[in-house]
Amino acid sequence: MNRSLIEVDEPSEQHASHHPNLQHHFGTFEQQFDASKIGMWLFLATEVLLFGGLFVGFALSQAAHPQAFVEAHHHLDKNLGALNTVVLLLSSFTMVMAVHAAATNQRKKLIVNLVITLACAAAFLVVKYFEYEHKIHDGLLPGQFYSHKGDTVPNQFIFFSFYFMMTGLHGLHIVGGMIAIGWVLRRALRGDFDAKYYAPVDLVGLYWHLVDLIWIYLFPLLYLIS
Amino acid sequence: MANVLTAAPRPVQHHAPGENYLNTPKGIRSWLTTVDHKRIGIMYLWSVLAAFFLGGVLALLIRIELLTPKQTIMSAEAYNQVFTLHGAIMVFLFIIPSTPAALGNFVLPLMLGAKDVAFPRLNLCSLYIYWVGTLMAIGSILLGGIDTGWTFYTPYSTSTGGAVSLMTLSVFILGFSSIFTGVNFIATIHKLRAPGMGWFQLPLFVWSMYATAVIQVMATPVLGITVLLLFMERVLKIGIFDPALGGDPVLFQHFFWFYSHPAVYIMIVPGFAIISEIIPVFSKKTIFGYKAIAFSSVAIAVVGFLVWGHHMFVSGQSELAGAIFSFLTFLVAIPSAVKVFNWLATMYRGSISLKTPMLYAISFILLFSIGGLTGIYLGAISVDVHLHDTYFIVAHFHYVMMGGAVIAFLGGLHYWWPKMFGRMYNEKLGAIGCALVFIGFNVTFFTQFLLGTRGMPRRYYNYLDQFQPLHAFSTFGSWILGAGLFLTAAYLLATFRKPMDAPRNPWGGRTLEWETESPPIVHNFDFDPILTHGPYDFRPARTRPNEPVAHRS
Repeated sequence: MNRSLIEVDEPSEQHASHHPNLQHHFGTFEQQFDASKIGMWLFLATEVLLFGGLFVGFALSQAAHPQAFVEAHHHLDKNLGALNTVVLLLSSFTMVMAVHAAATNQRKKLIVNLVITLACAAAFLVVKYFEYEHKIHDGLLPGQFYSHKGDTVPNQFIFFSFYFMMTGLHGLHIVGGMIAIGWVLRRALRGDFDAKYYAPVDLVGLYWHLVDLIWIYLFPLLYLIS
Repeated sequence: MANVLTAAPRPVQHHAPGENYLNTPKGIRSWLTTVDHKRIGIMYLWSVLAAFFLGGVLALLIRIELLTPKQTIMSAEAYNQVFTLHGAIMVFLFIIPSTPAALGNFVLPLMLGAKDVAFPRLNLCSLYIYWVGTLMAIGSILLGGIDTGWTFYTPYSTSTGGAVSLMTLSVFILGFSSIFTGVNFIATIHKLRAPGMGWFQLPLFVWSMYATAVIQVMATPVLGITVLLLFMERVLKIGIFDPALGGDPVLFQHFFWFYSHPAVYIMIVPGFAIISEIIPVFSKKTIFGYKAIAFSSVAIAVVGFLVWGHHMFVSGQSELAGAIFSFLTFLVAIPSAVKVFNWLATMYRGSISLKTPMLYAISFILLFSIGGLTGIYLGAISVDVHLHDTYFIVAHFHYVMMGGAVIAFLGGLHYWWPKMFGRMYNEKLGAIGCALVFIGFNVTFFTQFLLGTRGMPRRYYNYLDQFQPLHAFSTFGSWILGAGLFLTAAYLLATFRKPMDAPRNPWGGRTLEWETESPPIVHNFDFDPILTHGPYDFRPARTRPNEPVAHRS
């Protein structure tokens, strides 16, 4: 790496003064891309640890109240959960295609794939909205707001505390992802990206895959308890 | 260790004489919107020093209250809030950001020969998040206060009144500023090293900062989710920590210490970073055991993740878990001792000059050794059962946190003060200040080891009359310590009354930050630095190979 830095020393200054997308403290696009990728992977690690705390809390609470968790999860709609899983998997696929299109200078394909990804994210939230509405209607709410009548097993509110915290935090990440994809889409429409500079597409893609992956774990954890 | 590279040096940035990062561009607006790592470091520095002042005043109040049994100057409720805030402010607002975000932000890119950190805007964002978190912490003082202790143990913290919810959100937010600094440092160290600077030509400061950054990135998110769950437990009563709702209060302790024990290393490893720079420079000798010191930082970072259970020997943890955590805790002593012995070996037969930074470094070695060794007592389960929750614990962690992390920070502050502000301070006052701090610290806290072994419990407002003489002695010590710190603040601030007089390299350091001006220019170097010698190459100039003098334009 050091060697390449020395070799590109001279032309790098040309870039620095001419290319608006290369920040002043980087010598080359490659260096900038590598640095931003390290940053994104570290950020993803923090996300995994953040959700990891919730997963551990869920596992221990489930171990403490196994009956309540099994009983409570029957209130979830497996079909809607499965539908959302498929929707997110599809969006991850189109995101991969978008990154590929950006790396190979196919602007139109990039835009189409980003739009489909964005649409899938929105569809996910719509399905989630209907699920939440149903829970709220039945009083299946977290903590002290739990008001469901006719429970045979106590402590089911703990399951719904975790259900809402985990899917809620995940939902916020979906919204964040939609904002990021929207921003990348706007830049793609403006023609900012080419085969040399498409780091934002790549980084947003990495983030989106993580959001997808977390759902892949959430779905069986919450919907398919036995 | 010397590398010989002969790429042609060339001027990159032109600047007028007298222009530096402090005065170019001018105006408060240019400071608040800057992305320059040096300016962000300086703003962090003043912020953490303000927090240090606040936390220090609270500490003096605690000691005055404990001068006599029963009420001395404040009610028991006020006392609970004061010691909670002292702990929370010192840990979250001062020590954690002190060396990485303040000194590290300033020095690290210079040491690497870089123009900035990898993500300058994220760096500024980290500072703003720190400010928001600080305002929320101060807000929680004004809106009811917190009396849980800085550890927020459940179930007390889920049932007590006051502004605990706001404070937990503040800690959540402060965590992001810490994470952003860590992410930035890791990416910077990987990608922005000067040509010729391989991993084993890095200054040891950078190695320790790397280890710190890894802990910041890996541990802080867990604290984030922990305080968020605590917040939810208070607001929604979700039933995770509160036993009345079917939750498990010991789970909170596990979550909390999974972060907060590694956080001890977020605080002390940057101290190692500074000491590893000061010792060779003021001994004029190559560091002894470079790789051993470098890898011991990483080892501490790794093992530090596996010892959190030693905080819960008496919390109803299984005996097997206790034994394993005890054993792992002893393991931390090995890399710590590796460092201490390497520093001593570096000093051995060196040409030692006892300037203020070196006085702090030597103080650090003495105090940290006491703090570390008493940590081994506490890691032994049978001893811990006796000493748990006594003043022995208080003394132990103050020897590590204050005697270690803060003393090292003060050493680093004196070491880089000429570089940061271009001004030399009064060396004699520096030595007097350091002596007062050292004596005051030991009088205050060594006494507390004795109090602890005699059974004085921590955090108590009232105590038996038999403890009064030792408590009074400790309080007198806190006044000496306070006097030393106020004297230090006074002569450091007094340097701003005279013109800039610091040379580029007042101490004869060999790392790259000493090759630029004091204070540095906006773009750090007026040449593209290429590493031609190791960071601790103190051989006489004529015996060094190919020392380039031409790389200044």
